[in-house]
Amino acid sequence: MGPNAGLKTVHDRSLPDANVPALELTSVSYSYGRRQALDNISFSIAPGRFAVLLGLNGAGKTTLFSLISHLFATRNGHIHVFGNDIDRKSGEALRRLGIVFQARTLDLDLSVHQNLSYHASLHGIGSREANTRIHDLMQSIDMSDRLHEKARSLSGGQIRRVEIVRALLHQPSLLLLDEATVGLDIKSRATILGDIRKLVEQKGISVLWATHLIDEVNHADQVIVINQGKLVANGTTHDVVKDAGADTINEAFSRLTGIISLNVGGHL
Amino acid sequence: MTEISGNISIPTGYSRFGLMQYLVCLKGILIREGLRYLHQRERFISSLVRPLLWLFIFAAGFRQVLGVSIIPPYQTYVLYEVYITPGLCGMILLFSGMQSSLSMVYDREMGNMRTLLVSPFPRWFLLISKLLAGVAVSIVQVYAFLFIAWFWGVKAPPAGYLLTLPALFLAGMMLGALGMLLSSMIKQLENFAGIMNFVIFPMYFASSALYPLWRVQEASPLLYKICLLNPFTYAVELVRFAFYGKIEWMSFIVVCGFTLVFITGAIIAYDPSRGLVIKKQEGGNN
Repeated sequence: MGPNAGLKTVHDRSLPDANVPALELTSVSYSYGRRQALDNISFSIAPGRFAVLLGLNGAGKTTLFSLISHLFATRNGHIHVFGNDIDRKSGEALRRLGIVFQARTLDLDLSVHQNLSYHASLHGIGSREANTRIHDLMQSIDMSDRLHEKARSLSGGQIRRVEIVRALLHQPSLLLLDEATVGLDIKSRATILGDIRKLVEQKGISVLWATHLIDEVNHADQVIVINQGKLVANGTTHDVVKDAGADTINEAFSRLTGIISLNVGGHL
Repeated sequence: MTEISGNISIPTGYSRFGLMQYLVCLKGILIREGLRYLHQRERFISSLVRPLLWLFIFAAGFRQVLGVSIIPPYQTYVLYEVYITPGLCGMILLFSGMQSSLSMVYDREMGNMRTLLVSPFPRWFLLISKLLAGVAVSIVQVYAFLFIAWFWGVKAPPAGYLLTLPALFLAGMMLGALGMLLSSMIKQLENFAGIMNFVIFPMYFASSALYPLWRVQEASPLLYKICLLNPFTYAVELVRFAFYGKIEWMSFIVVCGFTLVFITGAIIAYDPSRGLVIKKQEGGNN
Protein backbone atom coordinates (compact mmCIF):
# COMPACT_ATOMS: atom_id res chain seq x y z
CA MET A 1 0.00 0.00 0.00
CA GLY A 2 1.58 3.26 -1.09
CA PRO A 3 1.18 6.87 -0.06
CA ASN A 4 -1.76 7.41 -2.39
CA ALA A 5 -3.78 4.75 -0.60
CA GLY A 6 -3.05 6.58 2.63
CA LEU A 7 -4.26 9.80 1.06
CA LYS A 8 -7.59 8.15 0.38
CA THR A 9 -7.84 6.96 3.98
CA VAL A 10 -7.37 10.47 5.29
CA HIS A 11 -9.93 11.80 2.86
CA ASP A 12 -12.44 9.18 3.89
CA ARG A 13 -12.10 9.76 7.58
CA SER A 14 -12.06 13.46 8.20
CA LEU A 15 -11.91 15.70 5.22
CA PRO A 16 -14.89 17.14 3.44
CA ASP A 17 -12.62 18.07 0.55
CA ALA A 18 -9.62 16.01 -0.59
CA ASN A 19 -8.00 19.15 -1.95
CA VAL A 20 -7.59 20.66 1.51
CA PRO A 21 -3.89 20.44 2.37
CA ALA A 22 -2.85 18.80 5.61
CA LEU A 23 -0.70 21.84 6.29
CA GLU A 24 -0.57 25.14 4.47
CA LEU A 25 1.70 28.06 5.27
CA THR A 26 1.14 31.35 3.48
CA SER A 27 3.71 34.16 3.69
CA VAL A 28 4.71 33.35 7.25
CA SER A 29 7.33 35.60 8.81
CA TYR A 30 8.55 35.80 12.39
CA SER A 31 11.16 37.83 14.15
CA TYR A 32 12.69 37.88 17.61
CA GLY A 33 13.02 41.58 18.16
CA ARG A 34 15.16 42.78 15.27
CA ARG A 35 16.38 39.32 14.32
CA GLN A 36 14.36 37.84 11.48
CA ALA A 37 13.90 34.11 12.19
CA LEU A 38 11.50 33.33 9.33
CA ASP A 39 11.03 35.37 6.19
CA ASN A 40 7.97 34.95 4.00
CA ILE A 41 7.67 31.15 4.17
CA SER A 42 4.99 29.52 2.03
CA PHE A 43 4.47 25.83 1.34
CA SER A 44 1.83 23.17 1.69
CA ILE A 45 1.77 19.45 2.41
CA ALA A 46 -0.85 17.21 0.85
CA PRO A 47 -2.69 14.69 3.02
CA GLY A 48 -0.81 11.41 3.38
CA ARG A 49 2.57 12.86 2.41
CA PHE A 50 5.87 12.48 4.21
CA ALA A 51 7.56 15.88 4.07
CA VAL A 52 11.08 16.50 5.26
CA LEU A 53 11.92 19.96 6.54
CA LEU A 54 15.65 20.33 6.03
CA GLY A 55 17.74 23.07 7.51
CA LEU A 56 20.96 23.62 9.37
CA ASN A 57 20.91 24.40 13.09
CA GLY A 58 19.47 27.88 13.52
CA ALA A 59 17.71 27.82 10.15
CA GLY A 60 14.32 28.46 11.75
CA LYS A 61 12.89 24.93 12.00
CA THR A 62 11.98 25.10 15.68
CA THR A 63 10.43 28.55 15.27
CA LEU A 64 8.35 27.16 12.42
CA PHE A 65 7.23 24.26 14.61
CA SER A 66 6.35 26.62 17.44
CA LEU A 67 4.17 28.61 15.06
CA ILE A 68 2.46 25.54 13.62
CA SER A 69 1.76 24.17 17.10
CA HIS A 70 0.44 27.56 18.27
CA LEU A 71 3.07 28.01 20.97
CA PHE A 72 3.85 31.24 19.12
CA ALA A 73 1.21 33.41 17.50
CA THR A 74 1.46 33.95 13.76
CA ARG A 75 2.00 37.68 13.51
CA ASN A 76 2.57 37.72 9.76
CA GLY A 77 1.01 35.25 7.35
CA HIS A 78 -1.38 32.35 7.86
CA ILE A 79 -1.10 28.72 8.89
CA HIS A 80 -3.88 26.24 8.21
CA VAL A 81 -4.07 22.65 9.46
CA PHE A 82 -6.60 20.76 7.36
CA GLY A 83 -8.23 24.09 6.56
CA ASN A 84 -8.32 25.32 10.16
CA ASP A 85 -6.52 28.58 10.84
CA ILE A 86 -4.14 27.91 13.74
CA ASP A 87 -4.85 31.29 15.34
CA ARG A 88 -8.59 31.55 14.75
CA LYS A 89 -9.54 27.88 15.17
CA SER A 90 -6.61 26.68 17.23
CA GLY A 91 -8.61 23.99 19.05
CA GLU A 92 -9.76 22.37 15.81
CA ALA A 93 -6.27 22.60 14.34
CA LEU A 94 -4.50 21.25 17.44
CA ARG A 95 -6.82 18.24 17.64
CA ARG A 96 -5.52 17.17 14.25
CA LEU A 97 -1.88 17.64 15.24
CA GLY A 98 0.41 15.16 16.94
CA ILE A 99 3.65 16.77 18.04
CA VAL A 100 7.03 15.40 19.05
CA PHE A 101 9.18 18.24 20.30
CA GLN A 102 12.91 18.48 19.91
CA ALA A 103 13.39 18.61 23.69
CA ARG A 104 12.33 15.59 25.74
CA THR A 105 8.95 16.42 27.25
CA LEU A 106 8.05 13.33 29.28
CA ASP A 107 7.74 13.94 33.00
CA LEU A 108 10.60 11.80 34.24
CA ASP A 109 9.16 11.43 37.76
CA LEU A 110 5.96 9.85 36.45
CA SER A 111 5.54 6.39 34.95
CA VAL A 112 5.10 5.86 31.22
CA HIS A 113 1.43 5.07 31.78
CA GLN A 114 0.89 8.19 33.89
CA ASN A 115 2.54 10.33 31.22
CA LEU A 116 0.38 8.85 28.48
CA SER A 117 -2.82 9.05 30.54
CA TYR A 118 -2.12 12.71 31.23
CA HIS A 119 -1.76 13.40 27.52
CA ALA A 120 -4.97 11.51 26.78
CA SER A 121 -6.85 13.62 29.31
CA LEU A 122 -5.46 16.79 27.71
CA HIS A 123 -7.32 15.63 24.60
CA GLY A 124 -10.51 14.79 26.46
CA ILE A 125 -10.08 11.01 26.11
CA GLY A 126 -11.69 9.12 28.99
CA SER A 127 -9.65 6.67 31.04
CA ARG A 128 -11.20 3.49 29.63
CA GLU A 129 -10.62 4.51 26.02
CA ALA A 130 -7.20 5.91 26.91
CA ASN A 131 -6.13 2.64 28.54
CA THR A 132 -7.13 0.66 25.46
CA ARG A 133 -5.21 2.97 23.17
CA ILE A 134 -2.17 3.07 25.46
CA HIS A 135 -2.13 -0.72 25.70
CA ASP A 136 -2.42 -1.19 21.92
CA LEU A 137 0.17 1.41 21.04
CA MET A 138 2.68 0.28 23.64
CA GLN A 139 2.21 -3.30 22.51
CA SER A 140 2.85 -2.26 18.93
CA ILE A 141 6.28 -0.92 19.91
CA ASP A 142 7.02 -3.93 22.11
CA MET A 143 7.18 -1.83 25.24
CA SER A 144 4.11 -3.01 27.16
CA ASP A 145 6.36 -4.33 29.90
CA ARG A 146 7.76 -0.85 30.55
CA LEU A 147 4.35 0.76 30.99
CA HIS A 148 4.53 1.14 34.74
CA GLU A 149 8.19 2.06 34.98
CA LYS A 150 9.24 5.62 35.60
CA ALA A 151 10.12 7.50 32.43
CA ARG A 152 13.47 8.25 34.05
CA SER A 153 14.45 4.58 33.72
CA LEU A 154 14.07 4.54 29.91
CA SER A 155 16.87 5.03 27.40
CA GLY A 156 16.91 8.04 25.06
CA GLY A 157 15.56 5.97 22.16
CA GLN A 158 12.79 4.48 24.30
CA ILE A 159 11.77 7.92 25.57
CA ARG A 160 11.51 9.07 21.96
CA ARG A 161 9.35 6.09 21.02
CA VAL A 162 7.05 6.74 23.97
CA GLU A 163 6.82 10.38 22.90
CA ILE A 164 5.79 9.23 19.43
CA VAL A 165 3.16 6.96 20.98
CA ARG A 166 1.98 9.92 23.00
CA ALA A 167 1.72 12.05 19.87
CA LEU A 168 -0.41 9.33 18.24
CA LEU A 169 -2.68 8.72 21.21
CA HIS A 170 -5.37 11.17 20.13
CA GLN A 171 -5.22 9.85 16.54
CA PRO A 172 -3.97 12.94 14.76
CA SER A 173 -4.04 13.41 11.00
CA LEU A 174 -0.79 15.36 10.85
CA LEU A 175 2.32 14.43 12.81
CA LEU A 176 5.05 17.00 13.46
CA LEU A 177 8.43 15.72 14.53
CA ASP A 178 11.17 18.20 15.37
CA GLU A 179 14.62 16.60 15.15
CA ALA A 180 13.12 13.41 16.56
CA THR A 181 16.25 11.32 16.03
CA VAL A 182 18.84 13.73 17.35
CA GLY A 183 21.12 12.14 19.90
CA LEU A 184 20.02 8.59 19.10
CA ASP A 185 22.16 5.72 17.82
CA ILE A 186 21.90 4.55 14.22
CA LYS A 187 19.65 1.60 15.04
CA SER A 188 17.16 3.70 17.02
CA ARG A 189 17.15 6.34 14.29
CA ALA A 190 16.41 3.78 11.59
CA THR A 191 13.68 2.13 13.67
CA ILE A 192 11.88 5.37 14.45
CA LEU A 193 12.14 6.71 10.91
CA GLY A 194 10.96 3.38 9.47
CA ASP A 195 7.95 3.27 11.73
CA ILE A 196 6.91 6.80 10.92
CA ARG A 197 7.14 6.00 7.21
CA LYS A 198 5.05 2.90 7.77
CA LEU A 199 2.48 5.05 9.50
CA VAL A 200 2.20 7.26 6.43
CA GLU A 201 1.73 4.24 4.18
CA GLN A 202 -0.68 2.28 6.33
CA LYS A 203 -2.74 4.97 8.01
CA GLY A 204 -2.39 7.86 5.63
CA ILE A 205 -1.15 10.22 8.30
CA SER A 206 0.70 13.25 7.00
CA VAL A 207 4.12 13.89 8.48
CA LEU A 208 6.36 16.93 8.71
CA TRP A 209 9.77 15.64 9.74
CA ALA A 210 12.29 18.34 10.62
CA THR A 211 15.93 17.33 10.51
CA HIS A 212 19.38 18.42 9.50
CA LEU A 213 20.41 14.86 8.69
CA ILE A 214 20.36 14.33 4.93
CA ASP A 215 20.40 10.54 5.14
CA GLU A 216 16.86 10.62 6.50
CA VAL A 217 15.52 11.85 3.14
CA ASN A 218 13.86 9.32 0.84
CA HIS A 219 13.49 9.74 -2.93
CA ALA A 220 9.67 9.81 -2.69
CA ASP A 221 9.57 12.51 -0.02
CA GLN A 222 8.55 16.10 -0.34
CA VAL A 223 11.63 18.09 0.59
CA ILE A 224 11.41 21.60 2.03
CA VAL A 225 14.71 23.37 2.61
CA ILE A 226 15.00 26.50 4.70
CA ASN A 227 18.17 28.45 5.21
CA GLN A 228 18.57 31.45 7.48
CA GLY A 229 14.81 31.75 7.78
CA LYS A 230 14.15 31.69 4.04
CA LEU A 231 12.55 28.95 1.96
CA VAL A 232 15.18 27.94 -0.60
CA ALA A 233 13.61 24.78 -2.05
CA ASN A 234 10.33 22.90 -2.03
CA GLY A 235 9.45 19.87 -4.13
CA THR A 236 10.10 16.19 -4.55
CA THR A 237 13.61 15.00 -3.83
CA HIS A 238 14.18 14.63 -7.56
CA ASP A 239 13.01 18.18 -8.30
CA VAL A 240 15.08 19.72 -5.52
CA VAL A 241 18.23 17.92 -6.72
CA LYS A 242 17.54 18.90 -10.32
CA ASP A 243 16.77 22.55 -9.57
CA ALA A 244 19.93 22.89 -7.51
CA GLY A 245 21.96 21.52 -10.42
CA ALA A 246 23.27 18.75 -8.24
CA ASP A 247 23.61 14.99 -8.52
CA THR A 248 22.49 14.02 -5.03
CA ILE A 249 20.27 15.48 -2.32
CA ASN A 250 23.37 15.80 -0.17
CA GLU A 251 25.04 17.98 -2.78
CA ALA A 252 21.84 19.93 -3.39
CA PHE A 253 21.47 20.66 0.34
CA SER A 254 25.08 21.79 0.53
CA ARG A 255 24.60 24.17 -2.36
CA LEU A 256 21.29 25.52 -1.11
CA THR A 257 22.64 26.20 2.36
CA GLY A 258 25.98 27.57 1.20
CA ILE A 259 28.10 24.81 2.68
CA ILE A 260 29.99 24.25 -0.58
CA SER A 261 30.79 27.90 -1.11
CA LEU A 262 32.14 28.06 2.41
CA ASN A 263 34.38 25.09 1.70
CA VAL A 264 35.59 26.65 -1.54
CA GLY A 265 36.23 29.86 0.29
CA GLY A 266 38.25 27.89 2.80
CA HIS A 267 40.36 26.39 0.06
CA LEU A 268 40.95 29.71 -1.54
CA MET B 1 9.37 -1.27 16.85
CA THR B 2 6.77 -2.84 14.62
CA GLU B 3 3.63 -1.34 13.21
CA ILE B 4 3.36 1.65 15.48
CA SER B 5 -0.29 2.46 14.99
CA GLY B 6 -1.35 -1.09 15.79
CA ASN B 7 -5.06 -1.69 16.09
CA ILE B 8 -5.99 1.89 16.73
CA SER B 9 -9.23 2.80 15.07
CA ILE B 10 -9.31 5.81 12.82
CA PRO B 11 -11.65 8.62 13.85
CA THR B 12 -14.45 9.45 11.51
CA GLY B 13 -14.59 13.12 12.37
CA TYR B 14 -13.88 15.76 14.98
CA SER B 15 -16.78 17.03 17.01
CA ARG B 16 -16.57 19.83 19.54
CA PHE B 17 -15.59 19.03 23.11
CA GLY B 18 -18.51 18.49 25.46
CA LEU B 19 -18.73 18.96 29.22
CA MET B 20 -17.49 15.40 29.82
CA GLN B 21 -14.30 16.03 27.86
CA TYR B 22 -13.67 19.21 29.86
CA LEU B 23 -14.11 17.24 33.08
CA VAL B 24 -11.76 14.52 31.81
CA CYS B 25 -9.15 17.16 31.08
CA LEU B 26 -9.57 18.80 34.49
CA LYS B 27 -9.35 15.41 36.21
CA GLY B 28 -6.17 14.57 34.29
CA ILE B 29 -4.50 17.83 35.35
CA LEU B 30 -5.60 17.32 38.98
CA ILE B 31 -4.22 13.77 39.03
CA ARG B 32 -0.96 14.83 37.46
CA GLU B 33 -0.40 17.62 40.00
CA GLY B 34 -1.31 15.24 42.82
CA LEU B 35 1.12 12.59 41.56
CA ARG B 36 3.91 15.12 41.20
CA TYR B 37 3.26 16.24 44.74
CA LEU B 38 3.31 12.68 46.05
CA HIS B 39 6.59 12.04 44.26
CA GLN B 40 8.14 15.08 45.89
CA ARG B 41 7.97 14.09 49.56
CA GLU B 42 10.55 16.70 50.46
CA ARG B 43 8.15 19.34 49.19
CA PHE B 44 5.39 18.04 51.42
CA ILE B 45 7.62 17.86 54.47
CA SER B 46 9.13 21.32 53.96
CA SER B 47 5.68 22.80 53.40
CA LEU B 48 4.74 21.52 56.86
CA VAL B 49 7.99 22.20 58.67
CA ARG B 50 7.99 25.91 57.79
CA PRO B 51 4.70 26.88 59.49
CA LEU B 52 5.26 24.42 62.33
CA LEU B 53 8.57 26.07 63.16
CA TRP B 54 6.76 29.39 63.33
CA LEU B 55 4.09 27.88 65.55
CA PHE B 56 6.34 25.87 67.88
CA ILE B 57 9.24 28.27 68.21
CA PHE B 58 8.38 31.78 67.06
CA ALA B 59 4.86 31.89 68.50
CA ALA B 60 5.94 30.25 71.77
CA GLY B 61 8.72 32.77 72.16
CA PHE B 62 6.60 35.77 71.34
CA ARG B 63 3.62 34.71 73.40
CA GLN B 64 4.76 36.77 76.36
CA VAL B 65 5.92 39.73 74.27
CA LEU B 66 2.96 40.19 72.01
CA GLY B 67 -0.35 40.41 73.81
CA VAL B 68 -3.43 40.23 71.64
CA SER B 69 -6.41 42.18 72.88
CA ILE B 70 -10.00 41.31 72.08
CA ILE B 71 -10.43 42.08 68.41
CA PRO B 72 -12.90 40.60 65.96
CA PRO B 73 -13.48 37.76 65.30
CA TYR B 74 -12.21 36.80 68.77
CA GLN B 75 -14.63 37.26 71.69
CA THR B 76 -12.04 36.79 74.38
CA TYR B 77 -8.30 37.06 74.82
CA VAL B 78 -6.51 34.48 72.71
CA LEU B 79 -3.07 33.00 72.85
CA TYR B 80 -0.61 34.28 70.29
CA GLU B 81 -0.48 30.78 68.78
CA VAL B 82 -4.20 30.99 68.09
CA TYR B 83 -3.83 34.44 66.54
CA ILE B 84 -0.95 33.42 64.29
CA THR B 85 -2.53 30.18 63.00
CA PRO B 86 -4.66 31.76 60.21
CA GLY B 87 -1.57 33.69 59.16
CA LEU B 88 0.40 30.45 58.99
CA CYS B 89 -2.38 28.91 56.89
CA GLY B 90 -1.96 31.92 54.61
CA MET B 91 1.78 31.34 54.65
CA ILE B 92 1.28 27.78 53.37
CA LEU B 93 -0.99 29.04 50.60
CA LEU B 94 1.46 31.81 49.72
CA PHE B 95 4.48 29.50 49.53
CA SER B 96 2.45 26.89 47.69
CA GLY B 97 1.29 29.45 45.13
CA MET B 98 4.88 30.52 44.58
CA GLN B 99 5.97 26.87 44.46
CA SER B 100 3.48 26.36 41.64
CA SER B 101 5.01 29.35 39.92
CA LEU B 102 8.45 27.77 40.32
CA SER B 103 7.09 24.49 39.00
CA MET B 104 5.67 26.24 35.92
CA VAL B 105 8.99 27.93 35.18
CA TYR B 106 10.72 24.56 35.63
CA ASP B 107 8.19 22.87 33.34
CA ARG B 108 8.71 25.59 30.78
CA GLU B 109 12.47 25.17 30.88
CA MET B 110 12.21 21.37 30.71
CA GLY B 111 9.62 21.47 27.93
CA ASN B 112 6.80 19.79 29.92
CA MET B 113 4.75 22.97 29.74
CA ARG B 114 4.49 22.57 25.97
CA THR B 115 2.49 19.38 26.29
CA LEU B 116 -0.10 21.36 28.25
CA LEU B 117 -0.11 24.38 25.96
CA VAL B 118 -0.60 22.37 22.75
CA SER B 119 -3.75 20.77 24.12
CA PRO B 120 -6.77 21.66 21.96
CA PHE B 121 -8.72 22.88 24.99
CA PRO B 122 -8.91 26.67 25.44
CA ARG B 123 -5.84 28.01 27.14
CA TRP B 124 -7.85 29.81 29.83
CA PHE B 125 -9.40 26.48 30.78
CA LEU B 126 -6.01 24.75 30.94
CA LEU B 127 -4.54 27.48 33.13
CA ILE B 128 -7.51 27.57 35.48
CA SER B 129 -7.41 23.76 35.73
CA LYS B 130 -3.74 23.93 36.63
CA LEU B 131 -4.53 26.62 39.15
CA LEU B 132 -7.29 24.50 40.72
CA ALA B 133 -4.93 21.55 40.94
CA GLY B 134 -2.33 23.67 42.72
CA VAL B 135 -4.94 25.03 45.16
CA ALA B 136 -6.19 21.52 45.92
CA VAL B 137 -2.67 20.44 46.81
CA SER B 138 -2.08 23.50 49.01
CA ILE B 139 -5.37 22.99 50.89
CA VAL B 140 -4.26 19.44 51.74
CA GLN B 141 -1.08 20.96 53.19
CA VAL B 142 -3.09 23.45 55.26
CA TYR B 143 -5.25 20.72 56.78
CA ALA B 144 -2.18 18.60 57.55
CA PHE B 145 -0.77 21.64 59.39
CA LEU B 146 -4.04 22.26 61.26
CA PHE B 147 -4.13 18.60 62.26
CA ILE B 148 -0.68 18.83 63.87
CA ALA B 149 -1.52 22.23 65.42
CA TRP B 150 -4.59 20.67 67.03
CA PHE B 151 -2.33 18.33 69.00
CA TRP B 152 -0.26 21.37 70.00
CA GLY B 153 -3.38 22.77 71.59
CA VAL B 154 -4.26 25.26 68.89
CA LYS B 155 -7.90 24.51 68.30
CA ALA B 156 -10.58 26.35 66.36
CA PRO B 157 -14.31 25.68 66.87
CA PRO B 158 -14.98 22.25 65.27
CA ALA B 159 -17.28 23.72 62.61
CA GLY B 160 -14.56 26.25 61.78
CA TYR B 161 -12.44 23.57 60.15
CA LEU B 162 -15.17 23.04 57.59
CA LEU B 163 -16.29 26.65 57.31
CA THR B 164 -12.79 27.84 56.54
CA LEU B 165 -12.54 25.60 53.47
CA PRO B 166 -14.17 28.11 51.05
CA ALA B 167 -11.96 30.87 52.46
CA LEU B 168 -8.85 28.73 51.99
CA PHE B 169 -9.97 27.99 48.45
CA LEU B 170 -10.48 31.66 47.59
CA ALA B 171 -7.22 32.74 49.21
CA GLY B 172 -5.42 29.86 47.48
CA MET B 173 -6.86 30.88 44.12
CA MET B 174 -5.68 34.46 44.58
CA LEU B 175 -2.16 33.49 45.61
CA GLY B 176 -1.92 30.69 43.03
CA ALA B 177 -3.03 33.07 40.28
CA LEU B 178 -0.40 35.55 41.45
CA GLY B 179 2.19 32.79 41.22
CA MET B 180 1.01 31.91 37.73
CA LEU B 181 1.24 35.52 36.64
CA LEU B 182 4.73 35.81 38.12
CA SER B 183 5.82 32.59 36.38
CA SER B 184 5.11 34.27 33.05
CA MET B 185 7.50 37.08 33.96
CA ILE B 186 10.40 34.92 35.13
CA LYS B 187 12.80 34.09 32.34
CA GLN B 188 14.96 31.54 34.12
CA LEU B 189 14.69 29.31 37.15
CA GLU B 190 17.62 31.08 38.78
CA ASN B 191 15.61 34.30 38.93
CA PHE B 192 13.19 32.68 41.35
CA ALA B 193 15.23 33.83 44.35
CA GLY B 194 14.01 37.32 43.48
CA ILE B 195 10.45 36.17 44.06
CA MET B 196 11.39 35.13 47.58
CA ASN B 197 12.93 38.49 48.37
CA PHE B 198 10.57 40.79 46.54
CA VAL B 199 7.22 39.02 46.78
CA ILE B 200 6.93 36.33 49.46
CA PHE B 201 8.72 38.03 52.36
CA PRO B 202 7.26 41.55 51.88
CA MET B 203 3.77 40.11 51.39
CA TYR B 204 4.05 37.97 54.48
CA PHE B 205 5.63 40.45 56.88
CA ALA B 206 3.64 43.50 55.74
CA SER B 207 0.32 41.91 56.61
CA SER B 208 -1.84 40.98 59.57
CA ALA B 209 -0.43 37.43 59.58
CA LEU B 210 1.94 37.96 62.52
CA TYR B 211 0.48 40.92 64.40
CA PRO B 212 -2.87 42.69 64.54
CA LEU B 213 -3.09 45.78 62.37
CA TRP B 214 -3.88 48.05 65.32
CA ARG B 215 -0.47 47.21 66.76
CA VAL B 216 1.17 47.91 63.41
CA GLN B 217 -0.64 51.25 63.27
CA GLU B 218 0.70 52.18 66.68
CA ALA B 219 4.23 51.30 65.65
CA SER B 220 4.29 52.73 62.14
CA PRO B 221 1.40 54.47 60.34
CA LEU B 222 3.22 54.03 57.03
CA LEU B 223 3.59 50.28 57.49
CA TYR B 224 -0.05 50.16 58.49
CA LYS B 225 -1.03 51.75 55.15
CA ILE B 226 1.21 49.30 53.30
CA CYS B 227 -0.47 46.41 55.13
CA LEU B 228 -3.85 47.75 54.05
CA LEU B 229 -2.70 47.76 50.43
CA ASN B 230 -1.39 44.20 50.65
CA PRO B 231 -3.90 41.63 49.29
CA PHE B 232 -2.33 38.97 51.52
CA THR B 233 -3.69 40.84 54.59
CA TYR B 234 -7.20 40.28 53.27
CA ALA B 235 -6.54 36.63 52.49
CA VAL B 236 -5.43 36.08 56.10
CA GLU B 237 -8.40 37.96 57.54
CA LEU B 238 -10.81 36.04 55.33
CA VAL B 239 -9.42 32.77 56.70
CA ARG B 240 -9.31 34.09 60.31
CA PHE B 241 -12.98 35.10 60.31
CA ALA B 242 -14.03 31.91 58.52
CA PHE B 243 -12.60 29.83 61.39
CA TYR B 244 -15.32 31.41 63.57
CA GLY B 245 -18.08 31.07 61.00
CA LYS B 246 -17.97 34.72 59.97
CA ILE B 247 -17.42 36.47 56.67
CA GLU B 248 -15.27 39.56 56.61
CA TRP B 249 -16.90 41.18 53.62
CA MET B 250 -14.16 43.63 52.77
CA SER B 251 -11.64 40.77 52.72
CA PHE B 252 -14.01 38.69 50.62
CA ILE B 253 -14.42 41.44 48.02
CA VAL B 254 -10.71 42.27 47.89
CA VAL B 255 -9.67 38.60 47.58
CA CYS B 256 -12.25 37.95 44.84
CA GLY B 257 -11.19 41.12 43.01
CA PHE B 258 -7.47 40.33 43.12
CA THR B 259 -8.14 36.72 42.11
CA LEU B 260 -9.92 37.98 39.01
CA VAL B 261 -7.15 40.45 38.21
CA PHE B 262 -4.34 37.90 38.64
CA ILE B 263 -6.13 35.17 36.68
CA THR B 264 -6.88 37.58 33.83
CA GLY B 265 -3.27 38.74 33.87
CA ALA B 266 -1.98 35.15 33.77
CA ILE B 267 -4.32 34.20 30.90
CA ILE B 268 -3.18 37.22 28.91
CA ALA B 269 0.46 36.50 29.75
CA TYR B 270 0.14 32.91 28.48
CA ASP B 271 -1.78 33.91 25.35
CA PRO B 272 0.60 33.33 22.43
CA SER B 273 -0.61 36.41 20.56
CA ARG B 274 -0.29 38.83 23.47
CA GLY B 275 1.60 37.09 26.21
CA LEU B 276 4.91 37.57 27.90
CA VAL B 277 5.85 33.90 28.07
CA ILE B 278 6.87 33.45 24.47
CA LYS B 279 8.75 36.72 24.42
CA LYS B 280 10.82 35.42 27.32
CA GLN B 281 11.90 32.45 25.20
CA GLU B 282 13.24 34.51 22.35
CA GLY B 283 16.89 33.70 22.76
CA GLY B 284 16.64 29.95 22.82
CA ASN B 285 14.88 29.14 19.60
CA ASN B 286 15.99 28.77 16.05
